[in-house]
Amino acid sequence: MSLTAIEFNNVSKKYSQSGDYVVDHVSLSIYEGEFVTILGSSGSGKTTLLKMINRLYEPNEGTIKLFGEDITTVDPVKVRRRIGYVIQQVGLFPHMTIAQNVAIVPKLLKWNKSKISTRVDELLSLVGLEPQEFRNRYPSQLSGGQQQRIGLARALATDPKIMLLDEPFGAIDAINRLNLQDELLRIHGGLKKTFLFVTHDINEAFKLGTRVMIMNKGRICQFDTPSHIVKNPADDFVSSLIYSSREQERFWEGLD
Amino acid sequence: MSVNLWMQISDYFFNNSNDYWVSVKAHMEISFYALLLSALIGITCGHLCVKHKQYERWIVSLFQVLRIVPSLAVLLLLIPIMGTGTGPAMVALVLLAIPPILMNTVAGLEAVPPFLLEAAYGAGMSDRQVLWKVKFPLAAPIMLTGIKTAAIEIIASATLAAKIGAGGLGGIIFTGLGLNRMDLLLVGGISVAMLSVAAGLSFDLTDRFLFKYKFVRK
Ligand SMILES: Nc1ncnc2c1ncn2[C@@H]1O[C@H](COP(=O)(O)OP(=O)(O)OP(=O)(O)O)[C@@H](O)[C@H]1O
Ligand SMILES: [Mg+2]
Repeated sequence: MSLTAIEFNNVSKKYSQSGDYVVDHVSLSIYEGEFVTILGSSGSGKTTLLKMINRLYEPNEGTIKLFGEDITTVDPVKVRRRIGYVIQQVGLFPHMTIAQNVAIVPKLLKWNKSKISTRVDELLSLVGLEPQEFRNRYPSQLSGGQQQRIGLARALATDPKIMLLDEPFGAIDAINRLNLQDELLRIHGGLKKTFLFVTHDINEAFKLGTRVMIMNKGRICQFDTPSHIVKNPADDFVSSLIYSSREQERFWEGLD
Repeated sequence: MSVNLWMQISDYFFNNSNDYWVSVKAHMEISFYALLLSALIGITCGHLCVKHKQYERWIVSLFQVLRIVPSLAVLLLLIPIMGTGTGPAMVALVLLAIPPILMNTVAGLEAVPPFLLEAAYGAGMSDRQVLWKVKFPLAAPIMLTGIKTAAIEIIASATLAAKIGAGGLGGIIFTGLGLNRMDLLLVGGISVAMLSVAAGLSFDLTDRFLFKYKFVRK
């Protein structure tokens, strides 16, 4: 049995005293080496769930453990440096060049210059951007999709064991997206890394995820392997999600 | 008449070029130190305002009130407390220059989008690192605009400092007023104007140089 990388125990979050739970008494275990994709309607609490893992938000109730360690007992800066995080808004720093953006975490960890610059070039190639051409540009000189790829490169810089990816491919075209998905699967590489990947694309979720988490209104409707979910949808929300995807397939077949 | 005036001006430079440059230098020095001090105070207070929202109203209104009092009045009010010379002049100039720097520091820091701060914290930066690597650099262009406004106000108002014996180009102007000499008024006035314009331009150049990312072609 592999280690439990991430464990939620009855975790809840609300943003105001009077408001509803945005994450509603969630308990779950994610094992080392899993590639978990998270699907859910807008506002269902996916981003909030991720941000509690790297302590950008603190839960109102419950505990979160990383590799058995309660994260409230660890300095948040230390927690975050161990976790790669791609934020939904991409969030490149406009005053830094692409190379400086990608080098942020290695620099915080005081790697030496040549190691940083080799790593930056490696990462740019990895996400399909020519280092020579892009290294010294500023984020405003990149397209939305290129910026997202830099966001991914930045999060991967130190090869962290846990990656939180919040819609990292939202603005990327279908062809590049397929390439990046394969690249990401290769980086994930099986046993040692744990990925949490939020997406609105059901095909992407079922292709990449070793398990898929389906969220609705702050609750987890179903958290299982793709084939189990398709065979036994847990509730109407999950059924309707699968139904909508099937509808699309039928539409494609109709065009053939 | 105007030929005569030109003669007088060139005579002035011929006979007093030493005094002239001493005045220019004094004017620049007092302006520079006043700007430095007001930037230090203004930026620190601006940062505190943003960090501790509850003080913002107090700090901002305090300096706004001090700014309404005309610099000449501040100068004269300070004489009984600090006497004459560079000291009270400096205080008056600094008080005058703090508000634009303070306000722009607050505006600049508040304009940093929250998701960039999340990206910074998410990458594992400490509060300090977020402040120095993200907040200040992103606020810097707006802060620099405030400093430029302050610099121009200081250079203009430093003219008054001569009134209480702090030296500078104001000395030439006040002598001109006393002796009713148009040539001295012109020399002093135009020099002050040129200093202001030069300061403004060098801030614009600094802006282009420091914040290249704002000017890159898209
Ligand atoms: N900082 C915040 N303050 C107050 N409310 C918030 C905050 N962040 C999120 N919310 C609210 O919490 C709910 C869940 O938001 P969250 O961002 O987690 O959703 P999401 O599942 O990531 O949605 P999307 O797919 O649109 O990104 C939403 O109703 C949102 O309005
Ligand atoms: Mg979200």
